[in-house]
Amino acid sequence: MNTNPVHFTLNGKPVKISIEPWTTLLDYLRYHKKLVGTKKGCDHGQCGACTVLVDGNSVNSCLCLLVSLDGKDITTIEGIGTADNLSVEQQIFIEEDAYQCGFCTPGQICSTIAMRNRGEINSEEELKDWMSGNLCRCAAYKNLTKAARRIYKES
Amino acid sequence: MLNIGNKQTRVDGPQKVTGKATYTADIAAPFYHAYVLQSTIACGSITAIDTTAAEAFEGVKAIFTHLNLPERLKNKVDYTDPLAPPGKPFRPFYNNTILYNGQPIALVVAESFEQARYASKLIKVTYEEKKFKGSLAENLKNASADRAPEPAKNRGDFTKAFKNSDYTIIREYRQSRNYHNPMEPHATSVEYNSDGNIVVYDKIQGVASSLKYLKGVFGLGADSVRVKSDFVGGAFGSGLRPQYQLFMATLAALELKHNVQMVMTRAQMFSFGYRPEVIHTMKLGCSKDGTLTALSHKTVGETSTFEDFNETIVDWSGLLYKCDNVNLEYELTPVQSYTPLDMRAPGGVSGVYALECAIDELAHEAGIDPLEFRRKNYVDYDQNENKPFTSKELKACYARCEEVFNWNNRKSLAKTDPHLLLGYGMATGSWEALQQPASVALSMNEMGTFTIKCATADIGTGTYTVMSQIAADKLGVSLDKIKFKLGDTAFPDSPIEGGSWTVSSVGSAVAAICEKFQYRIFDVWKRNNPEYQAVAFEAISFQDAKLKYGSKTFAFTEIMQQASKDELSIAHSEAPADGQDTHSGYAHCCVMVEVTVDKELGIIKVPRLVNVSAAGKIINPKTAENQLLGSMIWGLGMALREEGMVDSRYGRVMNANFAEYHIAVNADIHDIHTEFVEEHDDKVNPLGAKGVGELGIVGLAAAISNAIFDATGKRLRKLPMLLDDVLEV
Ligand code: FES
Ligand code: FES
Repeated sequence: MNTNPVHFTLNGKPVKISIEPWTTLLDYLRYHKKLVGTKKGCDHGQCGACTVLVDGNSVNSCLCLLVSLDGKDITTIEGIGTADNLSVEQQIFIEEDAYQCGFCTPGQICSTIAMRNRGEINSEEELKDWMSGNLCRCAAYKNLTKAARRIYKES
Repeated sequence: MLNIGNKQTRVDGPQKVTGKATYTADIAAPFYHAYVLQSTIACGSITAIDTTAAEAFEGVKAIFTHLNLPERLKNKVDYTDPLAPPGKPFRPFYNNTILYNGQPIALVVAESFEQARYASKLIKVTYEEKKFKGSLAENLKNASADRAPEPAKNRGDFTKAFKNSDYTIIREYRQSRNYHNPMEPHATSVEYNSDGNIVVYDKIQGVASSLKYLKGVFGLGADSVRVKSDFVGGAFGSGLRPQYQLFMATLAALELKHNVQMVMTRAQMFSFGYRPEVIHTMKLGCSKDGTLTALSHKTVGETSTFEDFNETIVDWSGLLYKCDNVNLEYELTPVQSYTPLDMRAPGGVSGVYALECAIDELAHEAGIDPLEFRRKNYVDYDQNENKPFTSKELKACYARCEEVFNWNNRKSLAKTDPHLLLGYGMATGSWEALQQPASVALSMNEMGTFTIKCATADIGTGTYTVMSQIAADKLGVSLDKIKFKLGDTAFPDSPIEGGSWTVSSVGSAVAAICEKFQYRIFDVWKRNNPEYQAVAFEAISFQDAKLKYGSKTFAFTEIMQQASKDELSIAHSEAPADGQDTHSGYAHCCVMVEVTVDKELGIIKVPRLVNVSAAGKIINPKTAENQLLGSMIWGLGMALREEGMVDSRYGRVMNANFAEYHIAVNADIHDIHTEFVEEHDDKVNPLGAKGVGELGIVGLAAAISNAIFDATGKRLRKLPMLLDDVLEV
């Protein structure tokens, strides 16, 4: 099987591997690294469940080939905080009840962080637009918006 | 502090926000991966299936088709599940017959998901196609009441009353097919143990259903299979019946004696149940003063050719308003598709959509405000069943909603953009408040931590949290002393999580077992403290993990040190109280909406959405409100977005993905509000609580439809209502 070398940082740790070029970042995380916090909701870039941070920007990991990420800094939900040491964003999600089933949550959290990193939101409508790449079938949108607003302003 | 009624954050929150909540596809084990090949025709048979190239592909372990289904799965095997409708359930690979487009016809098992998927494309299938009619419209002449259950009894003389009414309407309303599409695709992970036993992680709303299916199909004994489901990434009804991935993963695991996982693709999420397309015919009449005098509701719904899926649709029209002359009819017609499946507020959401649109049309004919019209025809007993309600605070919902929405001044509200038409609409909603039998087990450890187990589920509804709150209050301990465990067939039986009855059923059982354990503590305390022999149970209380008697306190942990091991755990089964069937239990709500419609472009938006509900005792307002908002947004999606489009020539779903099957997204939601009115109910169940997971969707699509009329003067009478509908009419 053909493999290609690639190196990057994953949740703060440098990684150097050689991998089949068709492997998506999502499949690498879930199948190779057992980092299953990142979810597969569609595998087609249509739902946002697989959102992770690449150099601080939100990326649909299902649409991203791992070999294209040479030199990048990748952060998944596992790298954001743990139950004993929750990040501010995670804490806000709990306080605002910004979920129901929790399946879209890791992706939603990554999107709010990327939104804040960019810092280009000027209105409520822009904030909702930004968050609309992450579908939530439980439709916890009101609380998601509250949480996203707080994360944008407070942290 | 009291937990019940408290806005408690979810106890499973830390797991959910850190990615540590393990859904079915997240189970870590060395799995083989299974991928399903689906039929590309809707009707006919497979004449040849060539798997040679696929079998030879790297990593492929096995391929299953109708040609190699183990013999033992063919004879006298029971493929039903607890919620199977009348008919013959779908049997994967049973023979070469094709019942619907998208039917699984081969299963490839390989070392990796990629290998399995790729190999499936190498299978060559030849079909013999038969003619069929793929849509409800084309099959209407086969509609029959014989296949459907009988609706509530007709009453009075509809025909005469209709003829004598001052105002009458006859209208038809259509709803398209909707697909559940929880964010988590359906998945099953089977761990095959060295002793031949299996542990099955399934996406299901009740592990008992999967177990029943596995026992029936694979003949597995209760001790050779255990089904688990710790976290469910949404279901909304899709997990009410075991779906075919359960069969697939289990078949492969048993045959290959290996761990197997099957996760559906998003497209495959459109290859099983759905909310059926239905057509309603409504005939309503009222007198000059707005008294509803005659009502007839007839619905025709689609089902599959192999099962008679039915819902309670038309009965709602006999229930919501006072009317003495009522005619209800319900028919089913088979189409070449998989069997429909209960989806959030099944039946109610459909029946009430048609009723609430028709009521609005009739009120308009009579020149009466739609809210006043509904008040005028208010009913305080169940005319279908001739029973009183356990409670019904709908009047209070109307009043509060009117106030919060500012209904009476709605016309004078700010005019916005000259390009926009502004409209207001409302509807009534209702959902059953049922209680089912449920069992629980409780044990206490030396640290004073209580573990409570029940085979129920948490599909995002907050079961873990709400049950912990009930237990903490009943036992008089803090929330962190309660560990509520669910989703395991090793735990005591629970009803499936559906019908909004989990709080009332499992919650009542939890409350009861905790009370039982208080007596246990009390008995042990008296036994070891002879001086308190004469103390009555009523004289003590339980607080802060202590038994209190007068000014004295005794820690549970100290008391129970004296208890025997057996005394530290108890079991309990709770069933609806005798005589509960003398009353009808329903939750109610009023919903009001504001819409804008772009004059040139037809774009419909919903800037404001207000719901006021009466649902008995609310255990956790935080999770309850979230659920209600979620179901309201489902109503918006149903009204304006969701449409499973079937190409009737091929019987194939044309938009089987999230880019083309639209659900509501964050940007669709603007000012949305829900609140509860006080509703005291000592009859519905011991907790006085009614479920809220389905209530908010009922009536909502009608309210939007009515508001669009108010804005544009057009009645669209179909779902979803799209911009081209507005421009076309
Ligand atoms: S899984 Fe990547 S966008 Fe849906
Ligand atoms: S919380 Fe269930 S999909 Fe968002």
